[in-house]
Amino acid sequence: MTRFDRLRLDGVTRRFGGADALTGLSMEIRRGEFIALLGPSGCGKSTALNCLAGLLPLTEGSIWRDDTRLDTLPPERRGFGMVFQNYALFPHMSVQKNVSFGLQMQGVARAEARRRTAEAIRLVHLEEHATKLPGQLSGGQQQRVAIARAVVIEPSLVLMDEPLSNLDAKLRLEMRTEIRRLHQTLGLTTVYVTHDQEEALSLADRLVVLRDGRVQQIGTPEQVHTRPANRHVADFMGYRNLLAGHADGARLTLDPSGVRVTGTPVEPVPDGTPAVAAIRPEDISLDGDLEAVVEVVEYQGREFTVEARTPGGLVLHLRTGQRLTPGDQIKAGFPPDRLLIFPSAPADPA
Amino acid sequence: MSTATVAVRHRLAERGIDRQLLLLVPATVFVVALFIYPFAYGIAVSLQPAEGGMLAAYRSFFTDAYQRDTIMTTLVIALPAALLNVLASVPIAYRMRGRFRGKRVLTTALVVPITLGTVLTAEGLLNFLGPAGWFNRFLTTTGLADAPVRLTNNYWGVFFSLVITGFPFAFLLVLSYLSGIDPSLERAAATLGAGWRQRFLRITLPLLAPGLATTFCLTFVLAFSVFPSAILVGDPSGSTRVISIAAYEAAYVRYDYAGGAAAAIIMGVVELLVISIVLGLRGLLYTGSTAGGKG
Repeated sequence: MTRFDRLRLDGVTRRFGGADALTGLSMEIRRGEFIALLGPSGCGKSTALNCLAGLLPLTEGSIWRDDTRLDTLPPERRGFGMVFQNYALFPHMSVQKNVSFGLQMQGVARAEARRRTAEAIRLVHLEEHATKLPGQLSGGQQQRVAIARAVVIEPSLVLMDEPLSNLDAKLRLEMRTEIRRLHQTLGLTTVYVTHDQEEALSLADRLVVLRDGRVQQIGTPEQVHTRPANRHVADFMGYRNLLAGHADGARLTLDPSGVRVTGTPVEPVPDGTPAVAAIRPEDISLDGDLEAVVEVVEYQGREFTVEARTPGGLVLHLRTGQRLTPGDQIKAGFPPDRLLIFPSAPADPA
Repeated sequence: MSTATVAVRHRLAERGIDRQLLLLVPATVFVVALFIYPFAYGIAVSLQPAEGGMLAAYRSFFTDAYQRDTIMTTLVIALPAALLNVLASVPIAYRMRGRFRGKRVLTTALVVPITLGTVLTAEGLLNFLGPAGWFNRFLTTTGLADAPVRLTNNYWGVFFSLVITGFPFAFLLVLSYLSGIDPSLERAAATLGAGWRQRFLRITLPLLAPGLATTFCLTFVLAFSVFPSAILVGDPSGSTRVISIAAYEAAYVRYDYAGGAAAAIIMGVVELLVISIVLGLRGLLYTGSTAGGKG
């Protein structure tokens, strides 16, 4: 196991043809950290992971493990473990052989390889399936084999490419806990790619939010959740209400309706320039003074998701425990500390 | 309709017996009329020689060394040619399974020989490799050889002809088998520390092997029934007197139809033997899915 203190990505860039899939990704990963690369499909997160693994050559930039340059090494010499989205288990090898493959490639002595293989299989609770072929296992079991195969070689870094996206909702939650538990027991440095913000928030120590191949924000789950760096991150992190308007200090005049709201500017917005107010559905209160008519109500178990429209044509999404029905009059309110104000760049209309 | 008949229909349908089976009738008729009937007819003809007992035609084939040796002659040409076609296809198809610029042009160039008739191939071979062909002229003018190297009208002429016509066929099959292997498997092996040699030997080759066995069988059958090139670029009375020539001579030179049919049936039996050996070995291999998991 190649121990390291810091893994440094320096301006990692990858172009496909003329298109930039990933532009200037720079960050430092500390030993034992769980990093999630988060973003919508096509944002460059899988590209970043493949660049780290060595499966894609970089167009520009470099990757360093402490003082060793890694990006010039082929994948088999980087010592990283990878869990693939489709698991990529060797279909002609038993669970045992799949898991011991990496140890064999490293030339680990047979007795030790057998011991470590058995231990890894026990770690993912597959003892009674050890001699089966992957085709005889369920999706969740296959995923656990893939994880055991990646961690058994005690890699200095584990890369996971949307490992849970092929599982059903219940299994996904179970495996999420399993991955978190494994990370706590083994302390393996992990880079985890996902498009599921909830998964990223619950697993990671730090999030890297990507959009169009560019880093939007790097921060703890809490930072990204409560203080998204820009309107795109806000949009992705569940700020479903993105209301366009013009800034006026901490106040905002909403565009079609002329309604004035007060919020918290995330960064200074010059007066009179276009801006976006962002608020989560669950943060809109029902004791405000903005009148609206309920149009759609969705039952969500403990809550209702409601779509309402103001007389000025503003559409609001909110969540409430109150049982509303379409046609009801409500008075929506925006708590100023929960309403974030972002400048809207002229190039991207809100 | 009473519930009883419905139940019977359901039970039959569960065993795969329903009216859709009727769709198989035309194909079955086709196979019976064009394959099984002539084959059975051939067997019948071979068992009714003009003189001697039922097996006289077979007996005379096996007692006459001139006839019997054609089996070995054909095997000696067909087995190496089929093997070479399969083995040469593997590295080329392996390099070509990804997407790259000019793949279509290259594939077309590799596959075009399939469209050339054997006669055209033979003519090309004679012009190129013959005693006065470009190849020998090159060898003699550059001084690499004192006398022209004999590469046509012998074993090698037929061998080259079989490679030229058989390779595209093997290549296309191997390419499609290879494209069916999930590329993420090799990538997974790479992240586990396997270099290209180990990736090929331990992941790709075991998954490809059943396909190679099938490809070998098909190219072998093509090569084993060689006839025109054995005459045109071979030595049809000596080293390339293949079994189909023996059958042709019996039937249309000596007008011994039973002898010709017997030679043809023996040819089929030898092919079947080789195929069953290869498929038997194939049965020992892993022949399941070549995908790495779901998705």
